[in-house]
Amino acid sequence: MNRRLYHAAAIAAEIAVPLAILAAWQLWTVQAQDPKFPRLSTILVEFQELWLFSQFELHVVPSLTRIALGFGIAVVLGIALGIPLGLSRWGRILAMPHIEWWRAMPPPALLPISIVLLHSIGNRQKVAFIAFFCLFPILLNTIDGVRGIDPTMIDTARSYGVRSFERIRRIVLPAALPQIFAGMRTSLSLAVIMMVLTEYFSSTSGVGYVLLISKNTFQLAPMWAAIVLIGLLGYLLNLLLILVERRVLAWHRGWRAATAQ
Amino acid sequence: MSTSGERLLEIRNVGKTYGTGAKATHAIADVSFAVDDREFVCVVGPSGCGKTTLLKCVGGLLRPSQGEVLLRGRRVTSPPEEMALVFQEYGRSLMPWASVRNNVLLPLRHKRLGRHERKALVEEALDAVGLTRFIDHYPWQLSGGMQQRVAIARALAYQPSILLMDEPFASVDAQTRGDLEDLVLRVREEFAVTILFVTHDIDESVYLSDRVVVLTHAPTEVKEIIDVDLPFPRDQIATKELPDFTHLRGHVYRLIKRELVEPSEELATATTATKGERA
Repeated sequence: MNRRLYHAAAIAAEIAVPLAILAAWQLWTVQAQDPKFPRLSTILVEFQELWLFSQFELHVVPSLTRIALGFGIAVVLGIALGIPLGLSRWGRILAMPHIEWWRAMPPPALLPISIVLLHSIGNRQKVAFIAFFCLFPILLNTIDGVRGIDPTMIDTARSYGVRSFERIRRIVLPAALPQIFAGMRTSLSLAVIMMVLTEYFSSTSGVGYVLLISKNTFQLAPMWAAIVLIGLLGYLLNLLLILVERRVLAWHRGWRAATAQ
Repeated sequence: MSTSGERLLEIRNVGKTYGTGAKATHAIADVSFAVDDREFVCVVGPSGCGKTTLLKCVGGLLRPSQGEVLLRGRRVTSPPEEMALVFQEYGRSLMPWASVRNNVLLPLRHKRLGRHERKALVEEALDAVGLTRFIDHYPWQLSGGMQQRVAIARALAYQPSILLMDEPFASVDAQTRGDLEDLVLRVREEFAVTILFVTHDIDESVYLSDRVVVLTHAPTEVKEIIDVDLPFPRDQIATKELPDFTHLRGHVYRLIKRELVEPSEELATATTATKGERA
């Protein structure tokens, strides 16, 4: 009972504090009358007009699709490349300098060339751009996770003749999964950043595009509405990933609690 | 008992050296002994004498620097299907992400068996170690002794003709250890399996085995091989009260103690003190 009360209080606090900040914003902006800081009510009206109902499909759906595709490709590639590299010392010797090189590249430096190389300012270029920069955290975490597998576990698999695909599927992948998820969380927030960046740079739709148009036309309310939307997207996407992780890695939480005693 | 079977396993002049030149470490100098079919052989030796290294060589996980291991006359170069290994660290050899059922199933997945056969083998093995009720638990939800029983069930389900056990009961409490020892003696009969059992516990080695192989400190050699003619079935109280048991135990103890005195007097007193607590 006490525990449930505690949880209820925690959730209430999580909702109450943002509401209080919004209320303070409204009170302050009504009194300040500064066009740079529009009232909350103005922003919310703008939010509804820009992002909800008919507009949802026009600008929010394209952005979400690009995030989903780019992030999805990064997860698949990161794991598919990370497992063999984690298992092979020579693979790492050959690949690591290149990984470190591209990983250190600031994303805006690759924006122009990505447009030229992919002949596109549409979905293809955006998805590829997001996938590219989301790849590295997942790839590096997968490599680390695979390398960190207990040698006793590998000896067990070897002594029972569990080889190649079965060994990867039953032992290597599950053992590395907690770290892969850590990489995925980093990548997901990168995906939101890359989405805004590519859309802001060159686009005909999406959240970043709306941001660019409102900047060019000196409209402050839509800018604020975009900031609110991007923040919400990041928050909700992360929440979604945490829920997936809790399901998939339920064993990991239990195991850690059991071995910590 | 030791004469009932044919020769199953032969360890011939096995040696293991790590590194080369001046930095080389001679873990095992020269070890030879044989294990007959359905025999229970314990390998006992002072701490750090390369028991685990030896067992890994026998199991095909490590390549010996010299000599060879023969299983039914055929040289072991990689882990043979006829062998199953039970490690000391059950917590690191059981998969925490898989249920007890799936842990036991792991070595059966790639064997050519029907679905029902697999299921039957898993259930039979878990029944033999008394864990049927916990089949859908995760290993970490069980006590240490129960986890080691899962590892034993996994080895049994694999249907090996020889079970290699590397200090399997070193990290459980004394009472659980006694229960597990009796469990191993029982499943040995039930599954008609040969057992090569490495331990540092002298009482354990005498209590369990048909023969005890006593090793020297590193670089390891065989100090003596002792026949244990204690009657079966063995009993934690009755067997250990037999004069023969006390005599054998004392004999092995003296052999190992002498081993410890030789390298350094100081070290010996320290190590025998801790040994004494365990024994």
